[in-house]
Amino acid sequence: MAETQESASAGQPVQPIQVLYCGVCTFPVEYCEFGSHLTRCKEWLHETHPDLFDKYYSEEALQAKLGTLSLEAQEKLEKDTAKKEAKAEAKAEAAQKKKMASQITIKRIERNKRKFVTSVHGLEAFDVDLKKAAKFFAQKFATGASVTKNPLGNDEIVVQGDVSGDIVEMIEQGVGLLKGVPSDNVVEVEEKKKKGGGD
Amino acid sequence: MFKKFSPSSDVSGQTSLKSSVQRSIRSGILSHWKIDLETFEHIWPKKEPLTLVKCRDHISIYTLHGEPLFFQHFDGPFFPTLRLLHKYPFVLPMVRIDRGAIRFLLAGAHMMCPGMTSKGGYLPPAEAALPAGTPVAIHAEGKEHAVGIGITKLGTEEMKNVNKGVGVETVTYIGDDFWALQTL
Repeated sequence: MAETQESASAGQPVQPIQVLYCGVCTFPVEYCEFGSHLTRCKEWLHETHPDLFDKYYSEEALQAKLGTLSLEAQEKLEKDTAKKEAKAEAKAEAAQKKKMASQITIKRIERNKRKFVTSVHGLEAFDVDLKKAAKFFAQKFATGASVTKNPLGNDEIVVQGDVSGDIVEMIEQGVGLLKGVPSDNVVEVEEKKKKGGGD
Repeated sequence: MFKKFSPSSDVSGQTSLKSSVQRSIRSGILSHWKIDLETFEHIWPKKEPLTLVKCRDHISIYTLHGEPLFFQHFDGPFFPTLRLLHKYPFVLPMVRIDRGAIRFLLAGAHMMCPGMTSKGGYLPPAEAALPAGTPVAIHAEGKEHAVGIGITKLGTEEMKNVNKGVGVETVTYIGDDFWALQTL
């Protein structure tokens, strides 16, 4: 650190230090061991920066670390890390499962006998930017499209006109923004304005 | 401060700053941080307009082209973001905590005195003692880069004498919600 200070006073702008951040947990690589997915971090580092991997995870490095801690504390730490990792993995898996199970509802709502609006609900679960998607729909169908909150408080895209069939098709083909949205999860519903007997 | 932070609910508005305010921020930072003009020019070029992002609890984050550069609580001192601190580690005085304390810090705890007075820790020597309320970079034993940013609750000499309780209050650390936020 003393060096950087000296050069700072020499009147030259000091070059920023480039820190390598882990591609898995975004920590600086030396802190991966405290993150919650150490195993994957290790793999990532091993693949992308083998030289650094040796620096942080070689036998000597591990030995040096051990030297500063009592054996008990080290054991506890390792246990904790393993536990944390398992927990994080389970969490990620659950999130993934939930994501795959979540549905996209495309609803055709009758406005006025022959006029419809189409509401698309559930796209955000698949990392689709709703605002951008709405814009995309508006452009595609040359109609108005907006992001609105439905009565339940969830965001949905409302497109003017009956475009439900087209949207299903687009999702199936995975056009542009809609890439990665599984078409199996799409449900089409129709909603009539008059709510009479069995709707 | 940033343990829980979500841009959708905690940010109340973004405005670009008046140039007179920008000037006072610039001079404030230059006088408080250990940084010279040329280097700072690199971080924040003179012509670039700064954006103020107002958040809950009087936190103001200043961004340049959507990238947070520094932040401030109420009208307290300016803190660099951790990523900025990693690039220019000399801007803040540093304290170091021992290895045992790292995992507590990464869970968001404040730093207790013993963690800094023990063998692995480091506090500035008596002639460079820091008063209470100074922003500090928190480094960790055996690590190259800072792990967090904090503000001293006691003077560093006091920490050495008392050796008990909170010494440095953690403001932000790697892995908190502010760290996850790369652009605003």
